[in-house]
Amino acid sequence: MEIKVLGSGCAKCKATADLITRVAGETGKAVQIEKIEDMRQIVGYGVMSTPAVLVGGKVVHKGSVPSREQVLSWLR
Amino acid sequence: MSMQGSTPAPRPDWLWHVGLVGFVAVWWLVYRQLIPASDWLTALVPVDRHSHAGEAIAFFFYDVPKVMLLLTLIVFGMGVVRSFFSPERTRALLAGKREGVGNVLAAGLGVLTPFCSCSAVPLFIGLVSAGVPLGVTFSFLIAAPMVNEVALALLFGLVGWQVAVTYFAFGLGVAIVAGWVIGRLRLEGWLQDWVRDIHAGATAPGAVEDAALSLVDRYRLGIDAVREIFGRVWMWIILGIGMGALIHGYVPETLMAAVMGAEAWWSVPAAVLMGIPMYTNAAGVIPIVEALLGKGAALGTVLAFMMAVIALSLPEMIILKQVLTLRLIAVFIGVVGSGILAVGYLFNFLF
Repeated sequence: MEIKVLGSGCAKCKATADLITRVAGETGKAVQIEKIEDMRQIVGYGVMSTPAVLVGGKVVHKGSVPSREQVLSWLR
Repeated sequence: MSMQGSTPAPRPDWLWHVGLVGFVAVWWLVYRQLIPASDWLTALVPVDRHSHAGEAIAFFFYDVPKVMLLLTLIVFGMGVVRSFFSPERTRALLAGKREGVGNVLAAGLGVLTPFCSCSAVPLFIGLVSAGVPLGVTFSFLIAAPMVNEVALALLFGLVGWQVAVTYFAFGLGVAIVAGWVIGRLRLEGWLQDWVRDIHAGATAPGAVEDAALSLVDRYRLGIDAVREIFGRVWMWIILGIGMGALIHGYVPETLMAAVMGAEAWWSVPAAVLMGIPMYTNAAGVIPIVEALLGKGAALGTVLAFMMAVIALSLPEMIILKQVLTLRLIAVFIGVVGSGILAVGYLFNFLF
């Protein structure tokens, strides 16, 4: 499973990536997390507010640090 | 984090509504008790109430809880209101709008759309690539940080509603006019190259559908907003009020009137120039504004200072450097700065 976190290095983007890493570790799922900080790429996904999360190439969340429940639902 | 179990017990909706009403009632009672409470606290400190130190301490003990209370209520309210808006919706509303009407609408949406300066770049690109004119986009970007609930709550509480309303109206005015002027100048060519390329092949990215939110969801978003804003600004508030308290207690009135009074014509440009490199947000600057006004500084000068501090900040310029060329940033500073100057002079002239 491939998850991308979009955001240009702001505190919330880091918190989002850390949260997903932690939750993925707890569930024991094999997840590949990639942080995308390049603005051109971020904009290329059509995202207007960061941090945003992509699961399997689809934007599932944007504009805030997701909740633990949300992360769990993506990992399912 | 660890508090959240697998299934949080669902609270019925009515409990939320009752809780909200109860909270507002308690809030009101506490707010009414602020002056006696701060007098009591100040009396505990072993200094003469009417000495410099006593004045400064009383100012501090009264203002800190007052600002915190006002912020809690207003940020919560704005959080609920903002949950009805999103950058995507704003883009849809602004796309295809002409200049003029577009500038007015953009400035208004700048106040209402949830916005964090770390998202300024993707937001800028998102708007421009959807065909929103450059000047209209600027109206949004100027209004969003300048006219916000933190500024209005603090002005209302510390300086009075008249100044808050004035600031609101003229903040919007500057955003509308400055955006319109930048649009007239036709500076699309001064965007960074990669942005221009996106602009040329503009296709708006597909909309991400918004989930329908219940009223309770919106309350939750309001609570999140309170938590987030407090986490970000509490230190600025304490610093700002501390500075304000020192000014209030120690700076002689004659000095302030001479430097920042309406007679000193150069004080408005000086205030704007001083404000640009200063970086604090509304929470930090308004207690200082309150103290300056109390010492006889002219309203126009102080408003100009405040707008310059909030609307033109170096960190924001550095973020915008990714999408704007230096020339365009210079024009941006020039146009917005002139608008702020005009507001400052107008007020000193009128009042």
